[in-house]
Amino acid sequence: MRRFVLIAVPYLWLVALFLIPFVIVLKISLSDVALARPPYFPQLDLSAGWEGLTSFFAELDFENFWFLTTDDLYWKAYLSSLQIAFASTVMTLLVGYPIAYAMARAAPEWRPTLLMLVILPFWTSFLIRVYAWMGILSNEGLLNQLLLWLGAINEPLTILNTNTAVYIGIVYTYLPFMILPIYSALERMDDSLLEAAEDLGCSRLSAFWLVTVPLSKNGIIAGCFLVFIPTIGEFVIPSLLGGSGTLMIGKVLWEEFFSNRDWPVASAVAVILLLILVIPIILFQRNEQKQREAEG
Amino acid sequence: MTQHVFAPWNDPGEKPLIQFRNVTKRFGDFTAIDDLTQDIFEKEFFALLGPSGCGKTTMMRMLAGFETPSSGQIFIAGQDMAKIPPNKRAVNMMFQSYALFPHLSVWDNIAFGLRREGKDKDTIAARVEEMLRLTRLSKFAKRKPHQISGGQRQRVALARSLAKAPKLLLLDEPLGALDKKLRQDTQFELMDIQEKTGTTFVIVTHDQEEAMTVASRVAVMDEGRIIQVATPAQIYEAPNSVYVADFIGDVNIISGRAKPTGDKVATQWAESQPDILGTTTTQFDAGQEIHFAIRPEKVAISTEEPQDAANKLQGKVLDIAYLGNISTYHVELPTGHVIKAQTANTRRLSRRQITWEDPVWISFTDTAGVLLER
Repeated sequence: MRRFVLIAVPYLWLVALFLIPFVIVLKISLSDVALARPPYFPQLDLSAGWEGLTSFFAELDFENFWFLTTDDLYWKAYLSSLQIAFASTVMTLLVGYPIAYAMARAAPEWRPTLLMLVILPFWTSFLIRVYAWMGILSNEGLLNQLLLWLGAINEPLTILNTNTAVYIGIVYTYLPFMILPIYSALERMDDSLLEAAEDLGCSRLSAFWLVTVPLSKNGIIAGCFLVFIPTIGEFVIPSLLGGSGTLMIGKVLWEEFFSNRDWPVASAVAVILLLILVIPIILFQRNEQKQREAEG
Repeated sequence: MTQHVFAPWNDPGEKPLIQFRNVTKRFGDFTAIDDLTQDIFEKEFFALLGPSGCGKTTMMRMLAGFETPSSGQIFIAGQDMAKIPPNKRAVNMMFQSYALFPHLSVWDNIAFGLRREGKDKDTIAARVEEMLRLTRLSKFAKRKPHQISGGQRQRVALARSLAKAPKLLLLDEPLGALDKKLRQDTQFELMDIQEKTGTTFVIVTHDQEEAMTVASRVAVMDEGRIIQVATPAQIYEAPNSVYVADFIGDVNIISGRAKPTGDKVATQWAESQPDILGTTTTQFDAGQEIHFAIRPEKVAISTEEPQDAANKLQGKVLDIAYLGNISTYHVELPTGHVIKAQTANTRRLSRRQITWEDPVWISFTDTAGVLLER
């Protein structure tokens, strides 16, 4: 009985906060848009009994999903989201790995402080931090002023409201998610492995490629997924830092929902997004499990 | 037929493989190696023995190239090693933690060094198979390090460090992680492999029994200096200092003043007690401070006064340590000194004649002990 209760708690949590909302979204995605409140049709009328139920299901169709294929805005948005997510994951890795490496190689008494510095930004609101980037990247912003003062440029660079700003924002925001798993993999590594590699004829660089990188592989994979998965659906960063040319599915979703008030199409977009995300999530889970088994 | 004794260190014509020349190594204020000069010869099994912090690991790491001397020079096969990085040395090391690559199989671990040399596939495969056979690991070639036992891991580490056929193999506490039984078996295995491959081995250990078993010569170290280098038998029978005598095995030390009498030296150690007679080749001045060291197994114990013993002392049994095959009697002398005497238990325990509080005689010949200056 006790065991049952213990297992039931997380399941109830998942059912209430994930499965039920998902079923509602799925239902809306199969409905039609209506000028009413809520802005879709049909609604389930339980008082009509069995007949009400059958007519409710008869009204549901895949029209909205079909609509998504007719307008190329949607698949372009999906594709561009994947592209941006992929590119920014690679960039985050390139920035994050050296940081994680330096942290893991730092003197042990410094490590907690460095770790703290990585986590510290989370203590401030995410929105405020993105707004701060607007202040830095705008035409009259800190970065341009600095570059002008240094004489590196003659007129301000347009960074804000471009894809570059979006990349900067994403790399900045998700960097800790990349650093932490890589750091934890590197920190556990025995230094004598590198000495052994050198002893057996490796140069420093080849020891890094043949020993350090393979041993931090799980951290790299985990970090990449932790950046890639949320970035695909990212909305705040492209809408605040990106321009009209930045096409991301999160932004499209938001516009369908709040500007067009077309809840059914917005729901269909969300359902497809979820299906796209399921693949990397499964891969991520499998990597985690493999790692646990290897350590087991 | 004369048996050939392996002792290149006694042959002035022999050229040493390794030469330490006035090597000093400092870490900040701490001096790990203090002006050390030592030769090690080809095919030797050389043991560096000492307590932790005595500098033995630093000496080994300097040979591997992980540390560079603060001053002095190290030569391997006549070549000054100062500017040569670890990956360019014909020296391989077996690490204390084994340092096996966890992401590679046993086979790939052993092949790791060979692949770096850029040898062709068949040569590598043949060499790896040979190493697997030598260390009896053929069955485990495909396993990952975490899927094999501690003893097998130790053999993989050995196979990996031997695969490149180094001139010199360094072993850092190679058997530290194994239990006693396995450790003893592995010691003989190590000696066997050393003999088969003809490689020079330098082993670092804090276990004196291990050093005595495997080594052709043992260097006893303390505070960055080598106190004595000799064969295991010499180290045990003829230590050059109280430190060495005390570090290797069990010993009774009696300190006193020297009184040369003819070809013997007597040690005056207590007013009410007879002087202890010993033989020595060293010259001692009368009245000089002297330490008489004698191993417990060379001290006889009896209830009756022994007749023709050069040295005999009377005391009382304080304690008996029964170890099965042998017993160690702690005999307290009237002066308060406690002398350990060891006898083999040739009789059953129930027929033991001596027990606690018994008045006994301990005796030893005048050649049983050694006289030490310091």
